[in-house]
Amino acid sequence: MSYEPPKQSFAGQIFDVATLLVLTIGALYIPLYLGLAGAAKVPNPIADPTWESLGQNATEQQQWAALGITDPAAANDIITARFDYSFSWASLIVMALLVIGYFVMVVRLSDREYREVIDERFGTKQR
Amino acid sequence: MDDITSAAAEPDRLRLLRVLGPSHVWALGVGIVLVGEYMGWNFSVGKGGMIAGLMACWVAGLLYTCVAMIDSEVTSTVAAAGGQYAQAKHIVGPLMAFNVGLFLVMAYTMLEAANAITVGFLLDTVAGMQGQAGLNQQPFIVLAVMFLAWLNYRGVLATLTFNLVITAVAFLAIVALFVSVQFGASAVPLDFSAITTDPLPYGWVGIVASLHFGLWYYLGIEGTCQAAEEVRSPARSLPYGTMAGIMTLLVAATMTWYICSGLMPWEYLGQAGTPLFDAARVTGSTGLMILLFVGTAFATLASANGCINDASRAWFSMSRDRYLPSWFGAVHPVYRTPYRAIVFLVPIALIFALGAPLDQVVTFSILSGLLGYTFMTFNMVMFRNKWPLGKIKRGYVHPFHPLPTIVLLILCSTAYFAVFLGYGTQLSAMMCFYIIASLWFHFRRYKFVRRGDQFTMPWPKPQGY
Repeated sequence: MSYEPPKQSFAGQIFDVATLLVLTIGALYIPLYLGLAGAAKVPNPIADPTWESLGQNATEQQQWAALGITDPAAANDIITARFDYSFSWASLIVMALLVIGYFVMVVRLSDREYREVIDERFGTKQR
Repeated sequence: MDDITSAAAEPDRLRLLRVLGPSHVWALGVGIVLVGEYMGWNFSVGKGGMIAGLMACWVAGLLYTCVAMIDSEVTSTVAAAGGQYAQAKHIVGPLMAFNVGLFLVMAYTMLEAANAITVGFLLDTVAGMQGQAGLNQQPFIVLAVMFLAWLNYRGVLATLTFNLVITAVAFLAIVALFVSVQFGASAVPLDFSAITTDPLPYGWVGIVASLHFGLWYYLGIEGTCQAAEEVRSPARSLPYGTMAGIMTLLVAATMTWYICSGLMPWEYLGQAGTPLFDAARVTGSTGLMILLFVGTAFATLASANGCINDASRAWFSMSRDRYLPSWFGAVHPVYRTPYRAIVFLVPIALIFALGAPLDQVVTFSILSGLLGYTFMTFNMVMFRNKWPLGKIKRGYVHPFHPLPTIVLLILCSTAYFAVFLGYGTQLSAMMCFYIIASLWFHFRRYKFVRRGDQFTMPWPKPQGY
């Protein structure tokens, strides 16, 4: 005898879609609202900048001018900004565990469901 | 094979039309991805410097070559709407399929939102150049998404023919810029002195970090197999279209890096919103500026167009299998498109396009894509183990197995670390989202799924079961 799923009400369908929507929007917006999202690229401006002190040669100065920036002070933040790649090993390990644990969980639970599918499609429960 | 597949599940339902050829598959893949050359890739230069940007371009190219090889074999055999979703359903199991479906919907809907944001930014930039600074971008974002959704609603052939034309124009614009600069059309010469004076501003860690945005050069090429159920000859068209697509993108990516790195200081390039358009501005040629403006606009529209097509097919497929409410699994009686799925995803794309920063939306899309590529590694191994070569008819057999799978897994692991460098919170938030969604599916939603209907290919029983 094959498995006969229950019929879902219209309200139930709306509830399920709303659940997924809340999860999706939450995953993006919660880190944003908590101020935890985004990589910090911090400018380290130098005093009294000149193109030479900012390490820009004659051709690069022409390129900046063509892009509408002729004053080295206006390019100071852009040229001196750098990412901070320092990190804690603990947070790296937590992230690795999350990714690996997620895939292990999904594959194991999937296999349990897959056996039911194969059993019904090919086995004694064939429809 | 596919007729049997569809008929087995539900004989009298409306089916998607088989009208597409290899060129449409190429247009779908390249059309979604080419925008990666027009914006976003250059953040990899910002994360690691000029050399790191080039290495990210090639390493990501290697990753996507593995993706295309693996995907071509599995898709040419499991030719059903939903692409990787249908693969997961037949090879790993329903929960994995649900997750893969979500990867696809999230990756493409976020990419669509990123494209819409770029359209608004581009128009704002050009308005500023004309002395009309402060343009309200939101109406243009809404208009772009609504127009493309309407196009998708009306039919897949018109949608992808439209994509074919505007993708070709966007690609030729890159070639034209490259050739023109080589023949001296630029008022400012190419300058690569930063390669020797400031080769690796972040050291070797910068090369790893840059891989994060290096993925953006090619993200979405795997979308070619979303149209599997609408292709006239999946076994021929899908591998040809996909491999031609990845070759096109490798060429375009290298040309893009060369021109942009030569015409702009790397510090500027690393944070530019529309790098190819900016490169055209540096040349001082009005013709090139107009051409690259058109190219940027067309690339973003083609990408958004393909994303709507792919995300809606994945949503449609999941609904048809009751992984999501079955109401979304309807086909339009006249246009034969998954119209409810298309319409439903429009406001979701707009929520992100109108309310979230570009780098967050891009990262969300990249992470969903990355999870999908990780899935492909063990999916390929399981596919070969459950149905060894010769057991079932394959449209295409990729060479050197399992080498592409091993390389892909190593590169995916490196890419996770690259994203972690600076965007670890988003990665954790996304993993929590997928874990909760998986538990929700397994313990609540799966009871509505018909077990036997989840395996529709006319294959023998898998080995080990």
